[in-house]
Amino acid sequence: MITLQHMMVLSGLLFALSVAGIFINRKNVILLLMCIELLLLSANFNFVAFSRFLGNLEGQVFVFFILTVAAAESAIGLAILVVLFRERRTIAVEDLNSLKG
Amino acid sequence: MLVQFLFYAFSAVLIASALGVITLRNPVHSALCLVVSFFTSAALWLLIEAEFLAIVLVLVYVGAVMVLFLFVVMMLDINVEEVRKGFTRHAWLGWLTVCAIVFEIMGVVFARGLGIDATQAAKPLPADYSNTGAIGQVMYTQYVYPFELAAVLLLVAIVAAITLTMRKRKGLKVQDIGAQVATRAEDRLRVLKMKAEDRK
Repeated sequence: MITLQHMMVLSGLLFALSVAGIFINRKNVILLLMCIELLLLSANFNFVAFSRFLGNLEGQVFVFFILTVAAAESAIGLAILVVLFRERRTIAVEDLNSLKG
Repeated sequence: MLVQFLFYAFSAVLIASALGVITLRNPVHSALCLVVSFFTSAALWLLIEAEFLAIVLVLVYVGAVMVLFLFVVMMLDINVEEVRKGFTRHAWLGWLTVCAIVFEIMGVVFARGLGIDATQAAKPLPADYSNTGAIGQVMYTQYVYPFELAAVLLLVAIVAAITLTMRKRKGLKVQDIGAQVATRAEDRLRVLKMKAEDRK
């Protein structure tokens, strides 16, 4: 028997891990993007679980839209990353300081 | 009983692969761990009977987005050694944040103040219930306008990604058809009127 509590605890753990990933991997833009994907996944977990346990389908429709936006976001993010690498030959966050005064 | 066992097994795999995503140093390994975590998430969504989204997650994320990630990771030659440097410098901050977030979320989850009973299993759905059909009924009636907007958003993302990554190489010798067609005769050919020269 899976209860709502199980799903919420699982998504909470996933969310915490991905936030930790953002802290740990703050040098590498690709890993930051991956951590953001994990974060969105944990949010989607809550949407799906609540939609199922409350018997309301709109949560699942919302997850569909979140998936759309996340796919667009990662496509554009990776495109920016490719352009960045082509210009600067590096993707380390600390080298991106040309706007610094 | 079997469902519960499967839930715990998939959850363990999910947490382990999420740990792998954030701690492995090679970005290719991280991306592969992310694929595993998306797969197990899809399995968990199947377990709580959200079949349509489970399939969409596998098709869209594992099939498209993660392939894009792997493609980019392998195309950029990242210096793994350089990334590895200074890994543990901020790790304590990360783990501190994890503990804080877990503490807060557990506080919310176990507080039982949500007005819903979170300790009961969901009502079982009838055998002939179609999750995909039900979502389609809602999405194409009530949410048809946001659905169209999502399509436009994807189009914008396609155009943006292509324009960002397209590059014009300098010094490339290609025909400019427009310029060729727009050329007039007087741009190229000049008719001179001059007197005939005397024969010496």
